Amino acid sequence: MQPFTYQRSEDVAGAVAAVAGRPAARFISGGTNLLDLMKLDIERPQHLVDISRLPLDRVEPTEEGGLHIGAQVRNSDLAADPGVRSRYPVLSQALLAGASGQIRNKASTGGNLLQRTRCPYFYDSNMPCNKREPGAGCAALRGFNRMHAVIGASDSCIAVHPSDMAVAMAVLDARVETVSPGGETRSIPLGDLYLLPGTTADQETVLAHGEMITGVTLPPPPAGRQVYRKVRDRASYAFALVSVAAIIETSGNRVRSARVAIGGVAPKPWRAPEVESRLAGSALSDQDLSEAAEAALPEAVGHGGNDFKIRLAKRTVRYTLAAAAELV
Amino acid sequence: MTENAQRRTTSGGDQFIGKAVDRVDGPRKVTGTAPYAYEIAEGPPPAYGYILGAAIAKGRILKIDAELAERAPGVLYVMTHLNAPRQQEFGPAVTPAVREVFTRARPVLRGDHVHFYDQPVGLVVAETFEAARAAAALIKIRYQETAGDFGLEEHLAAAYAPKRTNAGFETDSAVGDFETAFAEAEVRIDVSYRTPYQHHNPMEPHATLAIWQGDDVTIHTSAQTLSNFRAGLAATLGVPVERVRVVSRYIGGGFGSKLIVHADSVFAALAARILKRPVKITLTRQQMFANAGHRAEMLQQVRLGARADGRLIALGHDVWSATARVEEFCEQTAVFARSLYAASNRLTRHRLVPVDLNRGEWMRSPGEAPGMLALECAMDELAEHLDLDPIELRIRNEPDQDPERRVPFSTRNLVACMQEGARRFDWGRRSPEPGRLREGRKLVGIGMAAAIRPNYIGAAAAWVRIDAEGQVTARLDMTDIGTGTYTILTQIAADTLGVPLAAVAIELGDSRFPLTAGSGGSWGAASAGTALLRACEALKEKILAAARVHGAPVRNAADVSMAAGAVRFGNRAEDLKDVLRRVAPEGLDARGSVEAGAGTEAYQAFSQHSYGAHFAEVSVDCDTGEIRARRLLAVIDAGRILNTKTARSQILGGMTWGLGAALMEKTVLDGRYGRFVNHDLAEYHIPVNGDVPDLDVVFLEENDDKANPLGAKGLGELGVCGAGAAIANAVYNATGVRVREFPLTLDKLLPGLTAFVL
Repeated sequence: MQPFTYQRSEDVAGAVAAVAGRPAARFISGGTNLLDLMKLDIERPQHLVDISRLPLDRVEPTEEGGLHIGAQVRNSDLAADPGVRSRYPVLSQALLAGASGQIRNKASTGGNLLQRTRCPYFYDSNMPCNKREPGAGCAALRGFNRMHAVIGASDSCIAVHPSDMAVAMAVLDARVETVSPGGETRSIPLGDLYLLPGTTADQETVLAHGEMITGVTLPPPPAGRQVYRKVRDRASYAFALVSVAAIIETSGNRVRSARVAIGGVAPKPWRAPEVESRLAGSALSDQDLSEAAEAALPEAVGHGGNDFKIRLAKRTVRYTLAAAAELV
Repeated sequence: MTENAQRRTTSGGDQFIGKAVDRVDGPRKVTGTAPYAYEIAEGPPPAYGYILGAAIAKGRILKIDAELAERAPGVLYVMTHLNAPRQQEFGPAVTPAVREVFTRARPVLRGDHVHFYDQPVGLVVAETFEAARAAAALIKIRYQETAGDFGLEEHLAAAYAPKRTNAGFETDSAVGDFETAFAEAEVRIDVSYRTPYQHHNPMEPHATLAIWQGDDVTIHTSAQTLSNFRAGLAATLGVPVERVRVVSRYIGGGFGSKLIVHADSVFAALAARILKRPVKITLTRQQMFANAGHRAEMLQQVRLGARADGRLIALGHDVWSATARVEEFCEQTAVFARSLYAASNRLTRHRLVPVDLNRGEWMRSPGEAPGMLALECAMDELAEHLDLDPIELRIRNEPDQDPERRVPFSTRNLVACMQEGARRFDWGRRSPEPGRLREGRKLVGIGMAAAIRPNYIGAAAAWVRIDAEGQVTARLDMTDIGTGTYTILTQIAADTLGVPLAAVAIELGDSRFPLTAGSGGSWGAASAGTALLRACEALKEKILAAARVHGAPVRNAADVSMAAGAVRFGNRAEDLKDVLRRVAPEGLDARGSVEAGAGTEAYQAFSQHSYGAHFAEVSVDCDTGEIRARRLLAVIDAGRILNTKTARSQILGGMTWGLGAALMEKTVLDGRYGRFVNHDLAEYHIPVNGDVPDLDVVFLEENDDKANPLGAKGLGELGVCGAGAAIANAVYNATGVRVREFPLTLDKLLPGLTAFVL
């Protein structure tokens, strides 16, 4: 860890200005990820601007019938929010499937979205990593890549985004609200927040330096039942091998509409439009659900250690859809 | 729930031994008032060290530039191989005698060679830990890297037979003619199992505070066996052993990773001497993966030849294990197989493949932990082949004496453990055909495995004193690594002297106290306990002798006795304190000791082991292949149980280790870099609370009078032995998919699993 200075900001404009004015400044909130990375010399900020006490800690209904979640709402509080639990259960389930109770008590909504990959090669500064050091190469590509991406990755980086919360937000068509150093605000569809690695694995989001996430807006919940299913190597405190957020609306023995997002397989939460379009209007049957699930991740490629994820993802999509449709 | 199902023998009059006495150190542990090594505040304010590790696995340091680090804020001292103080040389990869591996010099920064990834190549000492770590990142090193060997299976051709295994066992054993008998057997099983690198990861990392006063150094550290640790550190520093004092009063887990001196202690002692100031050093969790030992990767071939009725005629267990080129370590993986089942033709062998890693160390249940995963799964494979119940197969191969040593067992209740377990676990619910039991979208399976673990006793001594107020103080250089040693020693002293628990103060963890064998090999309770028992018996004799001389006249000496806080003179009882005030106002003290078991007649003439049977029920998700344990039972035969509560906790911990080994634990070695990839507790998976199901422990108690005067046998590591195999056998029973590569993760199971129709 390198020496750094620290300030606690009192208002959003001040916080944004404080980071924007210094290239090596970073926002810090719960610090559950940033501090770990600083100790390992992977993140080396010279100045930290603490935004955890900014008045962005409320969960409020929107005029459109949706929900606005302040960026500083803690993961535990968001998971326990009555409005989230009753109208967006997939989000509550996803939050509770992530990390541990202690970490959820500290972690913020904005910080969760911006947490960095857990690729072990990214975590060891002796290993080549294009994310840490552009041009250095990717040790995971031909290394231990059991946890890595099967879609959306490139030869320069096959890391996955580790968030559970973001997968549920993706299926809910969430928008990320930000404010820029100039004071402009924008509302970014969650799916557009993240950049795929391409040849620039070090660039992970569309946010500019100093641009701060102030909140997340959920549109009114779509019709249908919501389920989050996380597949992992142990019962708790493990990142997803694969996770699926599914919403399915049925009418009699037919599917009216369905949404599917998949976690643990890509550098960002991965919506599965192929599955969704097949299901719309299909029969509510094992055969139709299975065929739709088979269509997931059409361009997926394994890298050896993670080949199993493709099969696992399709199986988990099938199961999660069936669970949401109350077939199992 | 824990209970003593059958208490065949009782030790007359014991009020505390055998009971579920609460930990005497419990309140200090849970209130945070039991200080661990890195928390000790003693002496002048310490400086803090940070160890810099090598960025390559093999090669040489061409240039090391520490100038920026030396000038960094708060930095007091930077040590590299260029300025490291003189230390004793390390020596050959194998020590001449078994014990010397524990006491040999382990110098740091000896020259420019790098032998393993993250090998210490520098030390920065600063006013704070953070300043030291920040400065360490400023040290620039240029390496000349050479290719290393890391993979076990690609280098099997380089395998060699070591002179002995760990703990001094024979490398190979052979009885009869295995190859011929196996070839002629009616039924043959020939299977290979793979077990991965594993790391101990005690909750408390390795840490040291070194304080010099003149030529004497006090080392506050986290060590399991103080006498060996002290000898090893003195040898490294090249100072007389009397100059070194080692203190480890509280230890946050060891599991065998704290038996020898590690870099934190050597660096702290060296730097504190140079700076004339106390120095504190801890390994980070990541550093522990290369610098605090591991269990090596292994390949095991098990060959079982049986008659159609299930009787084994040939039993072969071959082990290939990785070993460090710099220092040999041969885990005794097949040694337990020499005693477990009858078979007239037998063969066990250990072979080592050198790799460029740091040395392997003793990791909880060395030998049995990986070995029983292989043999006990292979036994299930044989049972299925024979269409025989797994318990019945094991009963049919129960030996009437140690099958290789050909001496009687001291006690052996393995069959009773299996039968009692079958009854309690509702073994009849298990379908002999796998994949038949289904609940919703879960496949359910039940499995079992036997457990065996050799019983040891190490040389130990104890000093005990009673003052005129009846307060008892006992001192031993024994350690309590979280097992409950403070508590059982309190019970032994209280019962032997007839005083309340509250009147006993046990002082451990200081090398100035009488020598014991420390904590390791599950021998702590028997060794230190026997020494203390004898010391207390000697003290009791002294009290009685004094009472006879100075007490009320009675007709003969035999009429003076002591029990329950009182001294009896014939028909008259007098409070112990009153007698002591009268006959020993200055108090009395005594010593007791026990010799190492290995050379004694009881160990030569008898095969001594503790036994058990593990039962497991698991569920496997048919869609995802996720395996979760549902309930586990261990039925344990470990002689007399000194404390049913701490003993139960030991077994629970062992079962959880077994669960981890079966389903989760694996350190991934990247053979391109010679580096352990998943070197933190987020990625190196051990069971979390949600993984640990309903656990049950039952003790079948029996006083083993061959083992020691307490009748107790080694217990802690027995909980691991076979526990993982029971789970693996349950996974097979659930799915019909036999995975022979541990841990059993869902990706290995998935190809064989059909997801049911919805």
